Amino acid sequence: MAYSNQLLDHYDNPRNVGTLDKGDDTVGTGLVGAPACGDVMKLQIKVGADGRIEDAKFKTFGCGSAIASSSLATEWVKGKTLAEAEQIKNTQIAQELSLPPVKIHCSVLAEDAIKAAIKDYREKHKSSDSKAAE
Amino acid sequence: MSVNKTAQSGVNVNGSSVSGSGTNQPHLPIYLDYQATTPCDPRVVEAMLPYFTEKFGNPHSRNHSFGWDAEEGVEKARRQVASIIGADEKEVIFTSGATESNNLALKGVAHFHKDKKNHIITTVTEHKCILDSCRHLEMEGFKVTYLPVQQNGLIDLEQLKAAITDKTVIVSIMAVNNEIGVIQPLAEIGKICRERGVYFHTDAAQAVGKIPLDVNAMNIDMMSISGHKIYGPKGVGALYVRRKPRVRLEALIHGGGQERGMRSGTLPTPLCVGLGEACAIAEREMGAEVERLKYLRDRMYNKIKEQLPEVYLNGDLEQRIPGNLNISFAYVEGEGLMMGIKDLAVSSGSACTSASLEPSYVLRALGVEEELAHTSLRLGIGRFTTEQDVDYAVEHIVQSVNRLRAMSPLWEMAQEGIDIKSIQWAEH
Repeated sequence: MAYSNQLLDHYDNPRNVGTLDKGDDTVGTGLVGAPACGDVMKLQIKVGADGRIEDAKFKTFGCGSAIASSSLATEWVKGKTLAEAEQIKNTQIAQELSLPPVKIHCSVLAEDAIKAAIKDYREKHKSSDSKAAE
Repeated sequence: MSVNKTAQSGVNVNGSSVSGSGTNQPHLPIYLDYQATTPCDPRVVEAMLPYFTEKFGNPHSRNHSFGWDAEEGVEKARRQVASIIGADEKEVIFTSGATESNNLALKGVAHFHKDKKNHIITTVTEHKCILDSCRHLEMEGFKVTYLPVQQNGLIDLEQLKAAITDKTVIVSIMAVNNEIGVIQPLAEIGKICRERGVYFHTDAAQAVGKIPLDVNAMNIDMMSISGHKIYGPKGVGALYVRRKPRVRLEALIHGGGQERGMRSGTLPTPLCVGLGEACAIAEREMGAEVERLKYLRDRMYNKIKEQLPEVYLNGDLEQRIPGNLNISFAYVEGEGLMMGIKDLAVSSGSACTSASLEPSYVLRALGVEEELAHTSLRLGIGRFTTEQDVDYAVEHIVQSVNRLRAMSPLWEMAQEGIDIKSIQWAEH
């Protein structure tokens, strides 16, 4: 597979590999994909008091495109608000990495991973949000 | 007998050329995909060259020395091919490769006998050219039984016996599998087929020169042979067709009636000569080569196992050609792994490496679970692989697997004692 330099860079030097504490209140964890499909991404975000994502970490079981897509995703969400991070589209990831057509689904999974992490964070704060609204 | 651990001198298939073996640093990239194809042995190339520009005549030209010289080359090659499989030279016809041989064997026999018999038996792990030919025959109205394989990759002989009916015309079972290198029990299969009056064809592309083959001892009626799998040129192969008792088949390619009417077309003299020479070399050197490859393969496998937990061999270790390893590295995806070992040319059973995004059907047939199929690498060593190549490869594979496991959420879960199978994964 002829991969772009950006993709190879993310594969050789992945950004933000690691783990945040799942149980921590400020952390949202997204786990998407399936081992049977050959693609599993775990993407975690740490949200600061100002509502911006101050840290993000990922771990991925998958091909070079999957690894690069999730690495890029963690790079992009940092510094964004949840609403802004939700706007990240798989097409942008695919374009940045010049993904070949057969690998586009890897970028879709990365977008799903971001959304799953945000959803998890929101769910943790649903009860406290509704309390605040009272 | 001492094992010659050095590769054949004078050749380096990895990167740039070198003279003689014994260098400490392997030349990169290292070729470890010998089941996909092999380089021509330089002795094969040397044998072929005169037939391109000097003895270039049409081997079927009866009337002048150009034709006679070419014919001599072809007939010598025919004898060399026959010799390595224990056949008579009249029983060997040249084709464009094992794919054509397989097509001819199946379709040729099926069509010839279709009025009386219409059932074919094969296995689920055959090469695509067998499977696809069978599907095509099914569309024409033939019935095909695809025998399953056991976890070790071998067929169950009882299942074969039970599948044969009085409408069965041919059983086609590959001698050695291209992905996992396992060797089927050819003599036993041949015995069963002979007893039941059914033709036995075997796709021996990965077997010739790697295991002893004897068409008479094994009761084989037809055998497909591939040039580029045994250090011969691409574009040529052969089909062995038994004469006593005679195998009747319809030709696929019609024309001037060459090759006893079974395969028309001017023979590619240099390619035939190359195939012949490759067989002759293999016949002479198989014993020593098998010993050497077994030593290297075991070295590679043991070193990997010593340094990495959770690696699984796909297919039987004993009933296997020495040049093949097919290993699943749990929690690490195959294509990602291959990217990390850029200096090694290997292949994988992962879906991500195929254009169709389907994982290896051979591994699936063994019962290997999909997630392990995605983590598999096929490592194929051969005549020009050195011990340095093997050691370098192991070092880099281990390094890459460790790096990717550190990045893998599945490895993380396994370390934490989470049962991955218990998780409800969202399908995508």
